[in-house]
Amino acid sequence: MSGSDYAIDVTGVTKRFGDKTVVNAIDLRVRRGEIYGFLGPNGSGKTTFIRMLCGLLTPDAGTGTCLGYDVRAQQAEIKRHVGYMTQKFSYYEDLSIRENLDFIARLYDVPDRRAAVQHSLERLGLVNRSHQLAGELSGGWKQRVALAACLIHQPQLLLLDEPTAGVDPKARREFWDEIHRLAADGLTVLITTHYMDEAERCHRLAYLAYGNLLAHGTLVEVLASARLTTWTVTGPDLLALADSLRGRDGVEQVVAFGMTLHVSGRDAAKLDAAVAAVRSPRHEWRKTASSLEDVFIGLMDQAKDNFA
Amino acid sequence: MSARRFTFHRLWAMVLKEFIQMKRDRVTFGMMVGIPLMQLMLFGFAINSDPKHLPTAIRAADQGPFARTLVAALRTSGYFTLVKEASTEAEARQLLQLGEVQFVINIPEDFSRRLLRGEKPTVLIEADASDPSATGPAVSALRAIADHVFDRDLTGPLAPLRAKAGPVDFQLHAHYNPENITQYNVVPGLMGVVLTMTMVVITALAITRERERGTMENLLATPVRPFEVMVGKILPYIAVGYIQVTLILLAARFIFGVPMVGNLVLLYAVSLLFIAANLAVGITFSTLAKNQLQAVQMAFFFFLPSILLSGFMFPFRGMPEWAQWVGSVLPNTHFLRIVRGILLKGNGLAEITPELWPLLAFLVVAMTIGVKRYRQTLD
Repeated sequence: MSGSDYAIDVTGVTKRFGDKTVVNAIDLRVRRGEIYGFLGPNGSGKTTFIRMLCGLLTPDAGTGTCLGYDVRAQQAEIKRHVGYMTQKFSYYEDLSIRENLDFIARLYDVPDRRAAVQHSLERLGLVNRSHQLAGELSGGWKQRVALAACLIHQPQLLLLDEPTAGVDPKARREFWDEIHRLAADGLTVLITTHYMDEAERCHRLAYLAYGNLLAHGTLVEVLASARLTTWTVTGPDLLALADSLRGRDGVEQVVAFGMTLHVSGRDAAKLDAAVAAVRSPRHEWRKTASSLEDVFIGLMDQAKDNFA
Repeated sequence: MSARRFTFHRLWAMVLKEFIQMKRDRVTFGMMVGIPLMQLMLFGFAINSDPKHLPTAIRAADQGPFARTLVAALRTSGYFTLVKEASTEAEARQLLQLGEVQFVINIPEDFSRRLLRGEKPTVLIEADASDPSATGPAVSALRAIADHVFDRDLTGPLAPLRAKAGPVDFQLHAHYNPENITQYNVVPGLMGVVLTMTMVVITALAITRERERGTMENLLATPVRPFEVMVGKILPYIAVGYIQVTLILLAARFIFGVPMVGNLVLLYAVSLLFIAANLAVGITFSTLAKNQLQAVQMAFFFFLPSILLSGFMFPFRGMPEWAQWVGSVLPNTHFLRIVRGILLKGNGLAEITPELWPLLAFLVVAMTIGVKRYRQTLD
């Protein structure tokens, strides 16, 4: 069973807290060696879903396997082969980097522990700081320690919950380079993020809102499935223009991106008509391919109407 | 399959981690050593149910040799410290009223004369009895003094008077602590109180702290088992408990001069059971409490009956039956009997066994609740 192509293969996974459904019947398949991006607004159920995958929460409904182990019955086995990086830094701030790694390595009974700890310190460039207390580190370094710690037992699946929140762009870039190296070595990675540039570095994406999986697939597939048409406008008085566009038939979203305005809708003919009605030579209009952000903002607006 | 079973290396990982954290947390560690010392000083020196050196005034109308003998005897009893001499009755009354003295001893004018005539002179003792427990022991000491104070003076032709000197022969026969030295009882008892206080509080925080700092989520995501976490958190504090036991025993021996009749090795051995029982209570509170504040509150909820109903503060047999029932459940009650038994009475294993079973039962129950309450998931 563990020889299956899928590291994660679950159907109908549901979690309720009280009468609130936090994760609603999600089906998800993640291939081995794939980097799978999980996107969605805050409170959309991403963290809850990840916790169910790594055995921290038991699903109320649904079945499936994680690394070939049953997500409901074999949580202990799953824990041994999964590396989970929590959203908030959750290693011991009063322990040094080395002591933290050593502790985790002991818990997993890593063979040749000293060498494993040393190797992971070297791999993530932590050797010079290994005696520093984890609590004294900045966000970017903490993130490296957390990554080192969840890799120390050589897991087959890495679950990363917003690993780059509050990390500077350079450290983010290095982090993603590392993730790609790991994936190239055969590790499967499920990662949640709010950054569009990070989403574009994933092999596949899923978009979650209010516990529902709204879109999934490769970047191209997700963009195509949205069937969104987008115009971009530059010029003076964009605020007034935006106001006059909103509410017109065919205009579903008007979003300002710096000096440009993105005007999108799913019905291309109606959108074109609406644009034609307000179009003037004062502005430069251009029909462009919808960006991932356009698509996600659209999905989020629809989800609000449907589920909230 | 080792993920499902207890393993020693995971337990050891927890133990090492706890030791390092303990080492880093200087304040807490300082308290673990400081609390026993502070309590020793408070209970050992400050609180004393057999008060001595009570300030006393004397109003002697007769300054003869017999009166001087009597005053000297009072002083050497240790209960009375002569701080004032009053010349009039009004002055003596005022000293009592102001609380400057606890006692006024009035020796009548004709004291020596009546004594020699064998007429049993009366010495009037005025006591500030607003705190009866403070005056009681001193008053009973007075009676004993009166019986024999003139034994040396009444010799030769006066010897026949000795027989008439004592009106009644009060005799107090106290075992194990004939001089009624409070410290002999309090200091060994403190061992149980200090251990209860510090051990329960420190472990009550253990798991709630992990939860509050967010490290619990990580711990749960690893293969570590509940039993490994609990025992891993208990073991380092057993070492701390033994440090406390040693501190108290050293103080008992060298500061308070408490006799140690029994076998100290036996005492150290059975202390393990008591320390573990308290740590298990703490861990169980830790799994019940939502945050660290709640955990500390629970610990105090447990600490109060442990100090009041265990026989530490009040004699166990003097308590109403329901209180004795509650007391019998508490580990401290049994441990107090064990410590006092070993130190003061020289009890051996056979004599203390009846007190060991309740401790063991308590440990097992507390540990079971703790392990059951410890959730392996965040559900």
